[in-house]
Amino acid sequence: MGLRFAVLAAWRALQVWFTVYRRIWRSSVYSSVLGPVLYLGAMGFGLGSLVDKNGTASLGGVPYLAFVAPAILAVQAMQTAMAEATFPVYGATKWNHIYTVAQATPLRPADIYRGHLLFIVIRLAMNSAVFLAIAAAFGSIRSPWAIAALPAAVITGLAFAAPVAAWSITVKKDVYFNYAFRFGMTPLMLFSGTFFPLSRLPGWVRPLAYVTPLWHGVALCRELTLGGLSPGSVGIHLGYLLVLAGMGLLVGERTYTRRLYV
Amino acid sequence: MPEVLVRARGLTKRFGGFTAVDGIDFELFQGEAFGFLGPNGAGKSSTMRMISCVSPPTGGELTILGKDSRCDGPQIRARLGVVPQEDTLDLELTVRENLLVYGRYFGLPRPVIRERTAALLDFVQLTDRADEMVEPLSGGMKRRLTIARSLVNDPDILILDEPTTGLDPQARHVVWDRLFRLKQRGVTLILTTHYMDEAEQLCDRIVVMDHARIAAEGTPRELLARYTTPEVLELRFPPDVHERAGKKIAGLDAQRTELLADRILMYVTDGDAALARVLERGLEPMTTLVRRSTLEDVFLRLTGRSLEG
Repeated sequence: MGLRFAVLAAWRALQVWFTVYRRIWRSSVYSSVLGPVLYLGAMGFGLGSLVDKNGTASLGGVPYLAFVAPAILAVQAMQTAMAEATFPVYGATKWNHIYTVAQATPLRPADIYRGHLLFIVIRLAMNSAVFLAIAAAFGSIRSPWAIAALPAAVITGLAFAAPVAAWSITVKKDVYFNYAFRFGMTPLMLFSGTFFPLSRLPGWVRPLAYVTPLWHGVALCRELTLGGLSPGSVGIHLGYLLVLAGMGLLVGERTYTRRLYV
Repeated sequence: MPEVLVRARGLTKRFGGFTAVDGIDFELFQGEAFGFLGPNGAGKSSTMRMISCVSPPTGGELTILGKDSRCDGPQIRARLGVVPQEDTLDLELTVRENLLVYGRYFGLPRPVIRERTAALLDFVQLTDRADEMVEPLSGGMKRRLTIARSLVNDPDILILDEPTTGLDPQARHVVWDRLFRLKQRGVTLILTTHYMDEAEQLCDRIVVMDHARIAAEGTPRELLARYTTPEVLELRFPPDVHERAGKKIAGLDAQRTELLADRILMYVTDGDAALARVLERGLEPMTTLVRRSTLEDVFLRLTGRSLEG
């Protein structure tokens, strides 16, 4: 059972999710196009016209739309990851039996986990690509490095999806997911330097933001779409997100095995 | 001597302090239909899950197709077909898609799956529903589809956990018919059931499980010969005389008498002769029935309880 089998098995475990996705892709396309348009329209033009009038020195001298667009990219990656790594994971043992069925085949729990994550990665790439295209159309991209914001957003999402899926498989009642959305995702979205720079927060709060994955994702995407990136900070953000994803992968292998192989 | 496909020695499964399977031994031979008969909670499903390699044994040895179930799960599962107790079909996919998804788990190429799907849907009589959603199918159709799905990888052993539980009698007969055909083709079957008629119809060899252990093992014929008499006389009395009648009958010359809550069973060689003796004693049963012994009687003898109860 070497690496070759693990890769092959993850690929086999992935395909069921595409079969399922084919059913809902239309509505999913609407939301992944309409969401960015609405967000960028409201935040960028609506709110942005107010902000820009008062001077954008604290935003690094860029228009608000350019400031907020990469942050929304990262937020959207987090939201996609959370949506895909919670209820679908839970439902795969309880509602549609996708995991239960896959288990009767040569796939191991770890293969089932990694296959599902692979699908989430693809969904992240799809949504992020659409977002970046729309952001470019809105004129909020200011650097050729923005192309690298696509993998950056995917890694941001994976840093959420891997540990969250590892947790979701252990959850006994799906109501916990609503708590995670309300008390985890919402504060992160509001206070990770997304809609306003962290410098606007009291000094003692800032370290809290520095340890959250979303802040690193936002900062990384922002450096890439605005340009003027420094290798040091890119390395730190990327390293943080990759370590989180890697830890999630290790834990997920265990939680999936413990939950499915009993 | 046929090849041994599954060998269990001291096979044990514990969940915390609860022992679901308590050190059972059995062997499954190539080409036979092997049944685990027992009431709910006897440990049948836990045994099936261990044989399916989705549940590690807590103790003992379990060798399947010459491989250790603890280490070689993926290789073993590649050669098993599993029909779980609950339907685990994806209701929002079509009949055909359910087989496609399953076949892909085994790494089968799409053209192979397509070919096998056509043959399997024909076999389970679902060809005309191939492109419909699974959701509105009847219970019997769903079970047949699950059987078709379990055969996509052309398994060496087919494992069925209570294949007809919850089906109406007609649907059960259709499922039995399909399983019987598989048996005729030489597919090795392991199944669990708490229906004695299912065990009698389908199984070449049976183990009777009760309280996590194996109570007896043999062919249906051997079990009947060993544990019960050729005929059974069933007597029903009005509730107020039931117990008194039971005492009188106990004095009669039967190999064994069972006083159940609602009826009295006399285990005898000749049921009509026994009935004549009962009537000679002046007893007046409300209803009488002379019948052949069944595995239900074997179970009653072994455990003191009826299977359904």
